[in-house]
Amino acid sequence: MIAALIAEIKPNSTWYLVLAALLFAIGTLGVMVRRNALVLFMCIELMLNAVNLSFVALAKEMDDINGQAVVFFVLVVAAAEVVIGLGIVVAIMRKRVSASVDDLAELKG
Amino acid sequence: MELFVFVAASIMVLAGAIGVVTRSNPVHAALSMVLTLFGVAVMFVSLEAHFLAAVQVIVYAGAIVVLFLFVIMLLGVDKAEDVHTEPLKVQRPLALIVATGIAGVLVAAMFAGRDTIASGRASIDLPTVEDSDANTRQLARLIFSDYVVAFEVTSVLLVIAVVGTVLLARKRRGEKSEVSV
Repeated sequence: MIAALIAEIKPNSTWYLVLAALLFAIGTLGVMVRRNALVLFMCIELMLNAVNLSFVALAKEMDDINGQAVVFFVLVVAAAEVVIGLGIVVAIMRKRVSASVDDLAELKG
Repeated sequence: MELFVFVAASIMVLAGAIGVVTRSNPVHAALSMVLTLFGVAVMFVSLEAHFLAAVQVIVYAGAIVVLFLFVIMLLGVDKAEDVHTEPLKVQRPLALIVATGIAGVLVAAMFAGRDTIASGRASIDLPTVEDSDANTRQLARLIFSDYVVAFEVTSVLLVIAVVGTVLLARKRRGEKSEVSV
């Protein structure tokens, strides 16, 4: 009886959007709390994924495949962003020992 | 069944995300991110975005996380950092409050705008083909027709990113690395 009732419940796009909002908030929390530059990049990836998830959920909701095309381009831009960001981290780490962003407070290297 | 998939995938997503934020070792954080990315891929499948689910696994879990792990190993920062000392005492509680506020504002805005979403439904008529690769075919048709210019520009973007990174990360002539690896 209860199992049949539970099987009746289908997650609609609102559920996915709430989950995307939570994922985005956790990503912003990580950006605000963490100090390691690499972990900051991972948190930015979490936020991008949250937005991707909401795009796909709304594409299903509105029966419009354009949302999925946007996600495709976001994936490409995220890949380019990670490549450049990690290149900058490697370039900085040639001069300094720690990956903490607090050590980068001075403008002059 | 759909409910079960959703609950399992959202536990994966949230547990992985919390792991990224809380784990002190960057390697563990990267592996937690894999969990999140796979959870999002599962959700893409249940939202009938099959092509994007495959790309999510290949590009994110396959390429980007491996890139992160490469850089962590290359730089030798794979030691657990001390996450218990905090230079600014107020930062963590304040960040928690702000993050909760962001989540609250997003959810509230979503519920406020839900009627707009419902009224915009089915603005474009799509051929509803019920075969397995219909999603990929529709997406390809869209990207290679309407978005073909943007598609070409992304290839230029990727080339610029690769060239720029090589330029940034290479050793300049005569420069000695101060960090001995």
